[in-house]
Amino acid sequence: MNAELLGIIVMFVATLLLSIPLGRYIAKVYAGDKVWTDAILNPVEKLFFKLSRINPAREMNWKQHLAAMLTINLVWFLWAMFCLLNQSWLPWNPDHNPSQTPDLAFNTAVSFLVNCNLQDYSGETGASYFTQVFALMFLQFTSAATGMAAAAIVFNALRDRTTEKLGNFYNYFLKSITRILVPICIIIAALHAFHGTPMTFKGIDTVTSLQGDTMHVSRGPVAAFVAIKHLGTNGGGFYGTNSAHPLENPDYFTNTVQMIIQILIPFAMVFALGYYLRKKRLAWVFWGVMTIGFLCLVIPTIYAEIHGNPNIAHMGISQPGGNMEGKEVRFGSYASAFWSIATTVISTGSVNAMHDSFMPISGMNMMLGMMVNSFYGGVGVGFLNFFIYVILAVFMGGLMVGRTPEFMGKKIEAREMKIAMIVALLHPFLILAFTAVASHLTAHDANMGWWFADAAGKHNASGWLNNPSYHGFSEMLYQYTSSSANNGSGFEGLADNNPFWNITAGIVLLFSRFLPIIGPIAIAGLMAGKKFIPESSGTLKTDTGTFGILVFAVKVIIAALAFFPALALGPIAEFFSMK
Amino acid sequence: MSVHRRQQRLFEPSLVKEAIGQSIIKLNPRVMFRNPVMFTVEIGTAIMLAVCIWTLTSKTDQGSFSYNFSIFLVLFFTLLFANFAEAIAEARGKAQAASLRKTRKDTPAKKIEILGDIFVNEIKIVPSSQLVKGDVFICETGDIIPTDGEIIEGIATIDESAITGESAPVIRESGGDKSSVTGGTKVLSDKIKVKVTTEPGESFLDKMIALVEGASRQKTPNEIALTILLAAFTLIFIIVCVTLKPFGDYAQTPITIAAFISLFVCLIPTTIGGLLSAIGIAGMDRALRANVIAKSGKAVETAGDVDTLLLDKTGTITIGNRKATNFYPAPNIAIEEMVQASILSSLADETPEGKSIVELGKQSNLDYNTFIVPEILHKINFSAETRSSGVDLANGKKIRKGAYDAIKKMVTDAGNTFPAETGAQVSQIAQNGGTPLVVIENNKVLGVIELQDIIKPGIQERFDRLRKMGVKTVMVTGDNPLTAKFIAEKAGVDDYIAEAKPEDKMNYIRREQALGKLVAMMGDGTNDAPALAQADVGVAMNSGTQAAKEAGNMVDLDNDPTKLIEIVEIGKQLLMTRGTLTTFSIANDVAKYFAIVPALFIISIPTLQGLNIMGLKSPESAILSAVIFNAIIIPLLIPLALKGVAYRPIGASALLRRNLFIYGLGGIILPFIGIKLIDLLVGLFM
Repeated sequence: MNAELLGIIVMFVATLLLSIPLGRYIAKVYAGDKVWTDAILNPVEKLFFKLSRINPAREMNWKQHLAAMLTINLVWFLWAMFCLLNQSWLPWNPDHNPSQTPDLAFNTAVSFLVNCNLQDYSGETGASYFTQVFALMFLQFTSAATGMAAAAIVFNALRDRTTEKLGNFYNYFLKSITRILVPICIIIAALHAFHGTPMTFKGIDTVTSLQGDTMHVSRGPVAAFVAIKHLGTNGGGFYGTNSAHPLENPDYFTNTVQMIIQILIPFAMVFALGYYLRKKRLAWVFWGVMTIGFLCLVIPTIYAEIHGNPNIAHMGISQPGGNMEGKEVRFGSYASAFWSIATTVISTGSVNAMHDSFMPISGMNMMLGMMVNSFYGGVGVGFLNFFIYVILAVFMGGLMVGRTPEFMGKKIEAREMKIAMIVALLHPFLILAFTAVASHLTAHDANMGWWFADAAGKHNASGWLNNPSYHGFSEMLYQYTSSSANNGSGFEGLADNNPFWNITAGIVLLFSRFLPIIGPIAIAGLMAGKKFIPESSGTLKTDTGTFGILVFAVKVIIAALAFFPALALGPIAEFFSMK
Repeated sequence: MSVHRRQQRLFEPSLVKEAIGQSIIKLNPRVMFRNPVMFTVEIGTAIMLAVCIWTLTSKTDQGSFSYNFSIFLVLFFTLLFANFAEAIAEARGKAQAASLRKTRKDTPAKKIEILGDIFVNEIKIVPSSQLVKGDVFICETGDIIPTDGEIIEGIATIDESAITGESAPVIRESGGDKSSVTGGTKVLSDKIKVKVTTEPGESFLDKMIALVEGASRQKTPNEIALTILLAAFTLIFIIVCVTLKPFGDYAQTPITIAAFISLFVCLIPTTIGGLLSAIGIAGMDRALRANVIAKSGKAVETAGDVDTLLLDKTGTITIGNRKATNFYPAPNIAIEEMVQASILSSLADETPEGKSIVELGKQSNLDYNTFIVPEILHKINFSAETRSSGVDLANGKKIRKGAYDAIKKMVTDAGNTFPAETGAQVSQIAQNGGTPLVVIENNKVLGVIELQDIIKPGIQERFDRLRKMGVKTVMVTGDNPLTAKFIAEKAGVDDYIAEAKPEDKMNYIRREQALGKLVAMMGDGTNDAPALAQADVGVAMNSGTQAAKEAGNMVDLDNDPTKLIEIVEIGKQLLMTRGTLTTFSIANDVAKYFAIVPALFIISIPTLQGLNIMGLKSPESAILSAVIFNAIIIPLLIPLALKGVAYRPIGASALLRRNLFIYGLGGIILPFIGIKLIDLLVGLFM
């Protein structure tokens, strides 16, 4: 076995081994059981609750939870907008970066608020340290914690009892940060700092290279930023080139660490569900379904990347490293291919290579990962998306065994189906409808006026594509897919920092973030209020391989196939034309 | 019980003719609107018709007229097939109901005209349709009972074969739990006075017919949820197809309207959409075929979810009544003496137990020539208070037989001792599931008769089947706990309620429901009514009282207590048929994508030939094959929709595996084969 392959297998196994105990720990934190961090962190949390006059013991129903979640998110959005629009005069701006334009600020604020981190700007020139720390990094913590708290509410609602009371949102939210995110981030940031990632508030440094050239090297509080960027599956890089940047991701070790911690919580949340509900088998079935989906995407991608580009091969050029265009030599094809799928099935969206330069099949698999958006998925929200498919699978499976469908002892009826279907519909709707608008404008080379101007100042819509034909289509499809999946990775090659892309993507982000959180919480809340039905031998068992296959099939047929015609015109057409 | 089932061919020619007519009438958009999936197909068909006219009248880039017209025709037939499925299900249901209603044709009724206190009430012959609730009529030997009612006076033997198919006459009498008579049945003997209990056109049968006919057919909760699922799928595919237009523009790939509409119709779940209402109606129809009148579709569906089944012991688990199996004389009493006394005490006893004692006595070695039956002076019937019965004979002997504690009291009250050996025998019998009946003569113990319950053959297997379905069975009996336990174990029921009073049933149901379980029960008596109403599925026997019939949500015309088991299966079958056909319909999409998507783009992007994994001949033939497959799969599945997917009690997981394999995997593979074959055929003409 070659070392590169071994490297990614070790990465995957290490993640799994770390995520199981973390899952148990998370379950205990949300259940309010005693954990070893109590001694240090209880006083801290008490202080927060005292200052904010929140009584963490006051239990909320699902509507109150949603009200609390949406309100506090609105406050953060306004705060982020303020920082971004005023960063030029705010402190900690040693490089004198300008304030962002309103449309860019909107896109940036929204995309960090919703755990997407689309980043139509470059961190070196587009954000001050103040913004990076107090707006962006702050949102990276809170958006991750929002997702985790939402999952905790659903966990609570699925317990086998009938109730309206589903715990306290602020309690789940705060503990997600203090008990889970911050402690791990401190360790990860320290590891990065030791490996050369900057952690300073000083401005650009000037270095003279061996050739005698002068280089300007951007610095900043990068190590801290990188830790939460991955742990919270945010993906927004400190630098414009994200984890491909030598200071943001210096070597293979940091690459491995970043890889592990971005999958860590999505794995752990599944196991946390198992511990929380005392249904370990169910957790393994869910994890198994996600893993099979992940492998179906990652294996062809690795295969495509390590075999290089056929067009280059036809020219008689050997490609021992595989398709190395747009990849970092220090990571190689295997780790880059693995990363590209991991970062897209999970909603991280950080990149360590240029996705635009991957083989068409890889590009398609990345998009599929985001289209399904629940093969692991983002922290907390990945499970919520998965939950929707579970509800659909339970409905069909329940009927197939001749019983009114039920999950966790609660009946799934018309109201739950309505909500589940709205959420399931939303994702293809947003991706396809917005890509259709962009395609229409491109096809007719519309004059975009204020909405868009290319570098030469022309307002033609086709100007936002760097590549013609199928690949250009993939670029547009990828942008909205990434937005709707709250992923934030870019295919790049698309001129996206302009009002048209900033605003449309921002709208997609808002819808695709909050409806898929509201939906599952509403379903779970409604289920929690229903009568609990004990399991009998006629009940559909959800902790079996058969049910896992059903969930997988539902995901593939509903989520993936809806995009088949679009993919056929993009990466599939490109794939066949390259042979 | 030999139950005669009305069998009917799946596609009875007369019904097919009616259904074909109906499928055209149902094209009315206002009717189609009820079914969102098929309604969108109708819109697509209309658009295709317009395209056909357009291609005929002017030059277009929409392809040839014949190609467009073929697509239009196939879509039109898709609609007709879906309508036909619903129409044939309705026609079958109606035919079934009509055969029951035939008994309802106008029969003359002897109505009693109340003329006041002074005059003698007069009997007037009126047509049965003029009878209203509260009227009283008389029926004599040979009369057909004109309408449903309750006997208020008299007793009669009645031939109910017209509705139950059971030829043996039944006895109906006023006052008891068997006071109901059904319109269309025939009085064989005696005379009864009957009070009309339903308004004309509102009997259970009328209600059931309306449910089948669709006028008052309401969607059940599961059907609503499924319709939401299907509507949402339709919406997803509307999005997929609409957005394809700008995608095609970008790729400079013109897509014809025919291709758009074909893709759309193939992707939306037309198979299940077209069969959904047929499945529902067929479920009601299957219930009707089992001689069960359901008051709503929901009741049938709920039956599939039942967790707990309350069954009366007598008639359900055991054959009719107990039979005497043994005589055990008391110490120092000759067996002949005891048998003689037993027979004497039972000669006047009309109860089945009494008759069986006489029967058993006759089989013993008793010399009948020396057996003189003295005159019976006084007969004491069994009552719940005394729990004993007996006779006073002309020769001064007073023979009593009855429950152990009741008799023991009589014996000890009279100053006699109850022999310990007999006492031991009594508990021995009870432990073995028998009922001990102590016989005394002038308050002296003669011995004990053992009555045994005969468990119905094959009942254990049925309970086993129910257990595998996840249904818990509960036996309800008036027996003492010891006997009840023995029979419960022997019959294989999961639980029992011994010495049950009507309120015990009620409490048990409430307790189970509090645990979140759905409970089904069967009952006939007025005192069952509250429990029938409380139960989620309450099946009243047709012979039962009006109160019981009103309280339940189903009526069993056969009065067969084991019918509940069948009803549960019908309910499960209904849900399963919906689930499996939905799965099948959605799984079909995979192949259809692979047929149509390459066909859409192949002309302008030849490299996409690689996606044409089925090797279909041309884009036109691929699209046509896909829509043809989509259309003909509907009539092919009609038999399955009408008969229902067979239910097998193999546990939920095994069932899911099985159905997922057949309808899921089959649903993916079958259209690949089907579309390829149709393409080969279509290719011959293109």
